[in-house]
Amino acid sequence: MSENQRIALVTGASRGIGAAIARRLAEQGMQVVGTATSDAGAGRISEALAPWGGRGVAMDVTDAESVRTALEDIQATEGGIEVLVNNAGITRDNLFMRLKDEDWDAVIDTNLTAAARLTQKVIKGMMKARRGRVVLIGSVVGTAGNAGQTNYAAAKAGLAGFARSLAREVGARNITVNTVAPGFIDTDMTRELDEATRERLLGEIPLGRLGDAEEVAAAVGFLASDEAGYITGETLHVNGGMFMH
Amino acid sequence: MSSIEERVKKIVVEQLGVKEEDVTNAAAFVDDLGADSLDTVELVMALEEEFETEIPDEQAEKITTVQQAIDYINEHAKD
Repeated sequence: MSENQRIALVTGASRGIGAAIARRLAEQGMQVVGTATSDAGAGRISEALAPWGGRGVAMDVTDAESVRTALEDIQATEGGIEVLVNNAGITRDNLFMRLKDEDWDAVIDTNLTAAARLTQKVIKGMMKARRGRVVLIGSVVGTAGNAGQTNYAAAKAGLAGFARSLAREVGARNITVNTVAPGFIDTDMTRELDEATRERLLGEIPLGRLGDAEEVAAAVGFLASDEAGYITGETLHVNGGMFMH
Repeated sequence: MSSIEERVKKIVVEQLGVKEEDVTNAAAFVDDLGADSLDTVELVMALEEEFETEIPDEQAEKITTVQQAIDYINEHAKD
């Protein structure tokens, strides 16, 4: 098996980009555990990953006790996590002047703080194992900005800076830390956008279409693979040319 | 069960990848055994795990030699 049955943890894997990532890593031969906030979501993940022997677990990334319980379960059942994909994320969009404190806090807590806390717990085992892959799911919005998403952009830009700093700390342990920054991907999250916003965004994409979750998952699969061993601290944009640098 | 001293030295050998004979009681992790800052953090984590204790950061900073690690464990570890 090409990946030597590595164990991968993907947060927010019940739908959208996270579900595609979980399936992709399973297809690459990894033993995948996906998380969802509800038992029903975890059940859907187990169903989706059944052909490859993967499963879903219920975990609220913002709840320390829930994270601890889930990680202990994974350690006992699958073993040490070698690939961590921090994908779980939420949006609470509003113009900054109208943005409520709780909308700011919820987005920063879930998208940035929870990812850092989970990474801190999981990376200990990677350091011992002297190998590991951490992939953070950022966003084009974290680099290019987007009106109405100051909280989301701050969290996603924060993830990329976090990744670059952590990459410097753990590089000597053969652990890479990278960010994949999706653009406008066809998921439930973007289906909530109004028609005018969709049209405007499409006009900014040279490839002239929304991206598929599978196209983001392919980038994550690459960074999680052995072949990407010399790439760390990088942000890989998957956005149809919506933002170039 | 080996003594605390033996267990501490075994962990130092494993964590820092150094020879057993170099791990004397007086050996300093950074100056004598070539540890970097990440190594010392991992060493403290390994000691915490082996002896089922929690070493606060301000205490961990003071553990710079093999003997200091042995002394700390002798004083704090659960039996």
